[in-house]
Amino acid sequence: MSERIITYGEAVREAIGQAMEADPSVFMLGEDIGVYGGAFGVSGDLVHRFGEDRVRDTPISELGIVGAAVGAALTGMKPIVEIQFSDFTAQAMDQIVNQAAKIHFMLGGELAVPMVLRAPLGSGTGAAAQHSQSLEAWFAHVPGLKVVMPSSPYEAKGLLLAALDDPNPVIVLEHKLLYKTSGHVPEEAYRSEIGKSKVVREGKDLTVVATGVMVSRTLEAATQLAAEGIELTVIDPRSLTPLDMDPINASVAQTGRLMLVQEAPKHVGYMAEIAARVSEGPAIYSLTEPVKRLAGLDVPIPYAPQLEKSVVPQLPDIVAAAKDVMRGV
Amino acid sequence: MATITPLTAPNAERVSQDKEAAIAALESLLAIRFFEEAVDGLFARGMMHGTMHLSIGQEAVATGVCAALRKTDFITSTHRGHSHCIAKGADLTRMMAELLAKQTGYCRGRGGSMHIADVETGNLGANGIVAGGIPIAAGAALSQKLQGKDNVVVSFFGDGATNEGAFHEALNLAAVWDLPVVFVCENNKYGMSFSTAKSMKVEKISDRAAAYGMPGVTVDGNDVDAVYAVAQEAVDRARSGGGPTLIECLTYRHKGHSKSDKNLYRTKEEIDFWKTKDPVGIFETKLVDQGVLTQEEVDQVTDKIRGEIRNAIQEASAAPDSDPAELLSSVFREVN
Repeated sequence: MSERIITYGEAVREAIGQAMEADPSVFMLGEDIGVYGGAFGVSGDLVHRFGEDRVRDTPISELGIVGAAVGAALTGMKPIVEIQFSDFTAQAMDQIVNQAAKIHFMLGGELAVPMVLRAPLGSGTGAAAQHSQSLEAWFAHVPGLKVVMPSSPYEAKGLLLAALDDPNPVIVLEHKLLYKTSGHVPEEAYRSEIGKSKVVREGKDLTVVATGVMVSRTLEAATQLAAEGIELTVIDPRSLTPLDMDPINASVAQTGRLMLVQEAPKHVGYMAEIAARVSEGPAIYSLTEPVKRLAGLDVPIPYAPQLEKSVVPQLPDIVAAAKDVMRGV
Repeated sequence: MATITPLTAPNAERVSQDKEAAIAALESLLAIRFFEEAVDGLFARGMMHGTMHLSIGQEAVATGVCAALRKTDFITSTHRGHSHCIAKGADLTRMMAELLAKQTGYCRGRGGSMHIADVETGNLGANGIVAGGIPIAAGAALSQKLQGKDNVVVSFFGDGATNEGAFHEALNLAAVWDLPVVFVCENNKYGMSFSTAKSMKVEKISDRAAAYGMPGVTVDGNDVDAVYAVAQEAVDRARSGGGPTLIECLTYRHKGHSKSDKNLYRTKEEIDFWKTKDPVGIFETKLVDQGVLTQEEVDQVTDKIRGEIRNAIQEASAAPDSDPAELLSSVFREVN
């Protein structure tokens, strides 16, 4: 039987549709998600299937939207908030950080905020500094938020359905360059476990941990490098909080080399956490080379295509960096 | 457990005209007053930790509004939230236990004065962020509407909150979606030290309702009957699908903003003037003057509530301290 191939954006939409069919408390709210179909086309025809109450267009009002989702989540609903660009979460940070993340703990555990906040992140669209950031480390640093970064159509559906099963606030950071990419996605509703890293390729020479669009980019690099006799293990943490270090430590113990690839600026980026955790455990004694971090430059994302590309790791950069590690430079 | 008689809507136009409702309202006013005087005293004697924001002088707002609510209705509250919590029907012992950092407190010692919530009475939580609860109230109201329930949500907040973006975004959402929510502003004239005369150009905060196409009304916030009347009208409108209302209650806090307040921004004359408008004294006098209660009955209610506060302190003091062992396992709710 041939595998069904759909796009990442379609996979997100399918997950939302299946969740809304299965559970009347699931509803969606966000800017231009109704007849417009969403800024990246994700909600598409959902408004025609489920109506304007459950696929709820909102005023341009991120703080109000997320606050409304928190209030709905506290009182029996399961909201999916779409923030048009993850950069705009800055407008809603009080509700995300001070309210959603803290209510369960701070109020003694009786209340919970089963809210899903989806937001596209990342550069590569020429949208410049306020529409292109990778802010995952902000969210991962706040106790009380779960953070997932689906790296493929399969994970886009599986992680979103898992997020909707979770009684806690889950931030789902979708990469905008992935929306139109295609891959195998089963038709039935399935879940990718939040808190389990996934080994997406196994190789003996170098362990690479990558997130978001860097996962597929690293897999491309791995194919090129394999032709030159360098075998990569590629691990996608999938969820940044909670983080599953076991497969990473196990792989480092075998390869003795670790490279970390993220699009976000290097300084205080998420990959620093993974490097630190490896250094805190026995896996550090397996390392034969220093840990290599390949990350975005510490600059705002620029507009011009040649500038934008030069700021974040591209395929040749990953290939070159992997070779550097193998050569011990 | 230490509780007061639940507030109830009067079988008359005014709370003060119905003996049963009047006694419940008096209990609420006194419980808020005595609870806060007690914690003020415990704090002064070094027996209470952290900080707190007292609503002494503002008791009529929570009391008048909550008299118009059902138990299944929801509220969101503020950093100055003891009054809302008590008026909605919270257990005084669990509140006191929270302030005394006990395991039996509403937040198991994790929240303290500024974060008490009570699922049982529909209190979605006090909030340490000014205006933080207002969008949440709109969302809770949206939730009622989507679920086809006729519960109403009341959001309490101060005058300072009406200069926050969250206030404006939430009022707009509530208005465009005709949500069953009542926005209750306790205007006590100061956002911490900053006077409303300096912080806003509008004379009445209720004028801001016009910007969102909803009714706005200003009322004497020290008069239980007056607050109840406007709250009842707004709650009825919300419950029947007529959408939100902004109510501005003019009131005053007798105490400072918090424990760091040296009162450098208010005159003694102003504070003394407002003490002559004490909502508790006004209500007691009205009940006795109108013959709804005798002075003896007022004294009996007073003794009863003093006893409940004493019980609350005793029971809470005897409880175990909050437990650090469970902290790490409490950040997330377990996934089923």
